[in-house]
Amino acid sequence: MKILVLVKNVPEVAEAELEIDQGALDLEDLEMVVNEWDNYAVEEAVRITEASGGEVHLMTLGNEDDEDVLRRGLAMGAHAASHLCDEAFDGSDPATLARVIAAAVKDGGYDLILTGVQSADLGQASTGVLLAQELGLPHATMAIALEPGAGEVVVTRELENNTSEKVALPLPALVTVQSGINQPRYVSIMGIRKVRKMTIEQIEADDLGLAEESLGAAASMVDSQSLALPPMGEGAQMLEGGLDSVCDQAAAILREKGGLA
Amino acid sequence: MSGVLVIAEHRQGALREATLECLGAALALGGEATTLLLADAPDALAGEITGRTHGLKLYAHPDLAAFNPELYLPVVMDAVKALQPSLVLMPHSSQGMDLAPALAGRLGLPLVTDCTGLSWNDGALSVQRAVYGGKAMQELALKPAATVVATLQAGAYQAAPAGAAETASESVTLTELAPRHARRFLEYLAGVVEDVDIAEADILVSVGRGIGGPDNIPQAQALADALGATLSCSRPVADAGWLPKSRQVGTSGKTVRPKIYLALGISGAFQHQAGMKNSGTIIAVNSDPRAPIFQVAHYGIVADLFEVLPKLSERFGG
Ligand SMILES: Cc1cc2nc3c(=O)[nH]c(=O)nc-3n(C[C@H](O)[C@H](O)[C@H](O)COP(=O)(O)OP(=O)(O)OC[C@H]3O[C@@H](n4cnc5c(N)ncnc54)[C@H](O)[C@@H]3O)c2cc1C
Ligand SMILES: Nc1ncnc2c1ncn2[C@@H]1O[C@H](COP(=O)(O)O)[C@@H](O)[C@H]1O
Repeated sequence: MKILVLVKNVPEVAEAELEIDQGALDLEDLEMVVNEWDNYAVEEAVRITEASGGEVHLMTLGNEDDEDVLRRGLAMGAHAASHLCDEAFDGSDPATLARVIAAAVKDGGYDLILTGVQSADLGQASTGVLLAQELGLPHATMAIALEPGAGEVVVTRELENNTSEKVALPLPALVTVQSGINQPRYVSIMGIRKVRKMTIEQIEADDLGLAEESLGAAASMVDSQSLALPPMGEGAQMLEGGLDSVCDQAAAILREKGGLA
Repeated sequence: MSGVLVIAEHRQGALREATLECLGAALALGGEATTLLLADAPDALAGEITGRTHGLKLYAHPDLAAFNPELYLPVVMDAVKALQPSLVLMPHSSQGMDLAPALAGRLGLPLVTDCTGLSWNDGALSVQRAVYGGKAMQELALKPAATVVATLQAGAYQAAPAGAAETASESVTLTELAPRHARRFLEYLAGVVEDVDIAEADILVSVGRGIGGPDNIPQAQALADALGATLSCSRPVADAGWLPKSRQVGTSGKTVRPKIYLALGISGAFQHQAGMKNSGTIIAVNSDPRAPIFQVAHYGIVADLFEVLPKLSERFGG
């Protein structure tokens, strides 16, 4: 099976102090990591080809530094990678992104295209399904299990409240992958070093024959945007003092509210 | 029409509450709301919608018992073309995530997802959404467009109250469904087998990715034991197999309402909050003072959970 996986580099924000600079997140001090959901997608693709042959191709759209996310995927066992990198792509919305990626993959002959359910930064959960429409492929989102077979793939989709469903899709198809579908393998620095010499295909807007006005912010549905941090001091009453004092206070609350002796 | 078209959601014979929240948002935006309900027996599901929408179109076909975007799309696309709504609205759910981008893609319409707030500004849509795991709020002003497709975060709007609108309903007979692709629904799968039911617990000690790894679970278990509490977790902990899936709190896990929810190293992403925000008393321990969990917690402690855990256990004889 020939599988394409879309991967995206995203800032790691869980423990970071975020700063906003001119309406956008200041990325200066943030570590970039592979989008959690895409990591599961790469692992799933590599496992499928390890079990039954084929190849895994990775693709990202991003700036020069984002090549890291491709190297990391190659170290996990992907066979080839393409980097869509051009200033003309800056400020693209998911629909534009899908159009650009579609132009790059349309003759790729992929049996299966995997994306993450969502990217951790903006959480749009849109790009994969939009790409499927561009390519005229059937799709299914939220996969927590994939069983590829002859001419079709059976996808277990996670639904709400601890239920799921099985659906069958004719191949070729696009599937968005939910976290927890597998346990992604560990990637060492040594592993990444080993794939240092693999060539990564570079693709610019010109190569795709896309007109400038159909790209980037000009083509985006968004007129203007702003970003704000939630106000501090709203919500929880913060317990202050040294560690012992804080734990005493917490213990008192637990006793009172939990009816504990 | 310049109103809102809502795509109703149902599963295993029950209407999903999120549909009524979309109607709440539609009413808040003003103008007419029309709801499309596609089902094997839509009349049986229409009761809760009636009185909360102006127009109701009931489409019946035996193959519409379970959701399938390929069967929904032709119907919804025709309705959008006929009614020309300003907004097509559906929940940001497993169904909405499957349908909304496909609809937007096929009709070439702008798409905004997981919205927490919607408003009209001179005929263009403005949208609020949470980004970066809930640590920032994004406000988007869209370019003017005849129709926008949007999905709504669960809980962002109140359900439309009964009697909010007078409903004119119409049954539309579908003789033939016209899927583009042969996607087939096969079956529903029941949830994972439980070891314990976290929804039954009075006190939950809940750990997130901040717990660091499986080796640290016993420390949290020790506190839970000392408190007579049950251990639960956020999604990444279950994904990694550090605790069983049945312990997961959130939209794709369980909704819990214990007397006390003690959140340790959980950032408080929306999907987690949705499963625990109605707990009696929420105490959160997180090293990041900006963690979104502090917005829903009653009490917050900014600290390393590994310093708090043993000290707290001690105080309860652990
Ligand atoms: C469709 C869908 C459904 C989902 N369903 C669910 C669901 O049901 N339940 C759910 O939980 N998530 C769900 N998620 C995932 C959700 O979006 C978040 O990714 C997840 O909740 C984050 O979990 P976390 O807070 O444990 O991890 P992180 O966001 O990584 O946060 C870890 C936190 O630990 C803190 N921390 C780290 N070390 C320490 C320390 N030593 N001491 C104190 N604090 C520390 C950090 O500051 C950070 O705030 C879903 C996502 C999608 C797309
Ligand atoms: N810039 C990008 N490059 C490659 N893949 C992307 C990019 N943006 C989004 N994707 C893919 O689309 C999925 C959903 O992203 P989103 O629609 O942004 O939430 C991600 O998990 C990726 O697999």
